[in-house]
Amino acid sequence: MLEFKLAIKNLLGSGLRTWLNVTVLSIAFVIIIFYNGMLDGWNMQASNDTRAWETGGGQYWHPEYNPYDPFTFADSHSQPPEAVEKLKEKGLMTPVLITQATAYPSGRLVNILLKGVDPEQKIVAIPSHMLKEISEDPEYIPAIIGKRMAQSLRINEGDRMLVRWRDANGTFDAREVTIAAIFQTTVPSIDAGQVWIPLEKLQDLTRMYGEATYAIVSPQSTSNPVGGEWIFKDDKALLKDLADIMAAKKGSSRVISSLLLAIALLAIFDTQILSIFRRQKEIGTYIALGMTRLRVVYLFTIEGTTHSLLAILTGMAWGMPLLFWIQKTGIPMPANADQAGVSIADKITPYYGAGMIMATVLLVIISSLIVSYLPTKRISKMKPTDALRGKLV
Amino acid sequence: MKNNSIKNFTLLALSLFSLNLPGQDGNAILDRVDRNLSSKNRVIESSMTIHGRRSSRTITSRSWTEGDKRSFTEYLSPASEAGTKMLKLEGQLWIYTPSADRTIQISGHLLRQSVMGSDLSYEDMMDDRKLSDVYTVTISGRDTLQKRDVIILELVAKVSDIAYYRQKMWVDAERFVPLRQEMYAKSGQLLKRAELSDVKRVQERWYPSKVVYKDMLKDGKGTEFVTTSIKFDQQIPDHIFSKASLR
Repeated sequence: MLEFKLAIKNLLGSGLRTWLNVTVLSIAFVIIIFYNGMLDGWNMQASNDTRAWETGGGQYWHPEYNPYDPFTFADSHSQPPEAVEKLKEKGLMTPVLITQATAYPSGRLVNILLKGVDPEQKIVAIPSHMLKEISEDPEYIPAIIGKRMAQSLRINEGDRMLVRWRDANGTFDAREVTIAAIFQTTVPSIDAGQVWIPLEKLQDLTRMYGEATYAIVSPQSTSNPVGGEWIFKDDKALLKDLADIMAAKKGSSRVISSLLLAIALLAIFDTQILSIFRRQKEIGTYIALGMTRLRVVYLFTIEGTTHSLLAILTGMAWGMPLLFWIQKTGIPMPANADQAGVSIADKITPYYGAGMIMATVLLVIISSLIVSYLPTKRISKMKPTDALRGKLV
Repeated sequence: MKNNSIKNFTLLALSLFSLNLPGQDGNAILDRVDRNLSSKNRVIESSMTIHGRRSSRTITSRSWTEGDKRSFTEYLSPASEAGTKMLKLEGQLWIYTPSADRTIQISGHLLRQSVMGSDLSYEDMMDDRKLSDVYTVTISGRDTLQKRDVIILELVAKVSDIAYYRQKMWVDAERFVPLRQEMYAKSGQLLKRAELSDVKRVQERWYPSKVVYKDMLKDGKGTEFVTTSIKFDQQIPDHIFSKASLR
């Protein structure tokens, strides 16, 4: 306790030098929390939105289906296995059929994926209820598309667009679809390059009666049966891409955090060196009065580490209101931020988890403890007589 | 007056007969068309001009074709495509690209992709089945096209594995060469149109030396094929149709 009191007294006595160190460290501390909070917030938002709009509680895939290879789509369709169909009867699964197609908006050629979804499904947030056929015209094909797709095709609600595809035998067919609704989603993987039409309509048009490419399982489904030849992909597998991106982002966040901390800790390290150099007589006096060298080392280490405690308190004082204000208002993202294919909302709401804050506090304290201790090793080599005379070590 | 009425009636009946029961006639016309266009083998030099939105590019090639089973094509220009070779054996297609020095096999759904950005797919180029084998034919009328009398044939698919469910063909009534071909989707939507012209006499046949393919759903001028030289029934060495000739 004596050491801590002495440390506080010495630090406060140093005046501006202490507060400069504390300010720099507190800025690093707040920025590290902000940056990690932003990544955690983005991760949470992207994961939750992807589950809500696309992956549900898991998916059953046709064995040939590979979402990264569109050439597999033509072969990846069949009737879902019985065990999977049973989930549908309980309202815990909705099938999706995919076929490659070409859209011709205003005479332009755009390659698209034509996806069939059940208009009655409520498992994912796609507004499929807008696909309920309101027209008695048998040729009427309602379609919904995402906002990105609408911008790319330059079409609006109510517009008609010619779409060409091949049926299961490879025979061309082409019909006009009517854009029944344009939905806005943060998940580009269900928006870009895709046109959603009623599942049964697509099955009829492609002669793939009762068939699907994959099936989305409801998050309410407690058990996922073995789906015959179909492969079950759980939440972890479906969000792997997102997790990989986040891991890469966390890596870059660690680099930024290290740089910021290095700048702040360099100042503390410098201060410690200077303080030991300038306070040799004081060190000599402590030892002459009976303090062990270890205790003097301890005193100086505590003094350096106290910078970090003050920095954390200062950071909390000015950083907390700022961070909570940012959390409340969100960080606006540029309009084209989601063009990379990753789910990003218009605004990212940072999430400051207790674990992340505690980890950052420990990181700052432990790293400042280390840089405070390193210069004090010289003290253990000092002779008290030389120290009292102010002789250089 | 009465005689005239009988004559008119007879002419009308004959013309109706020829329109309503033309199955055999249609097939006979298709046979004549096949005799003009098909051969044991042929060697063709041609240029393919692909009209894009901003510019056009022309690719010249030399092809050796034997029936509907074997074909070998070597691209001669432009420099970026020169040396590219394409070999078709039965239902398989290989492409050799000199820049990558690699031979790749085009199969499955890759065959449905466009050939060098043109309005034709590899599948379009490969599907050489006789029209009479895959379509039922009816004569739907007569017309004049390119200042020639033409018979209009309606072709409806009788097999399921075919790209175009229905076709309409304008065949020169005298030379039995198609002058226009339209390909339709199952829904009746017109998908592609081919305009054939510059019909020339080549070795006792009539052959259209210019064909313009157009994807009717998109803007643009389509893809133009011009046959600069064609020789039928030549002696083609067997090694031409081997994978060794790709390199």
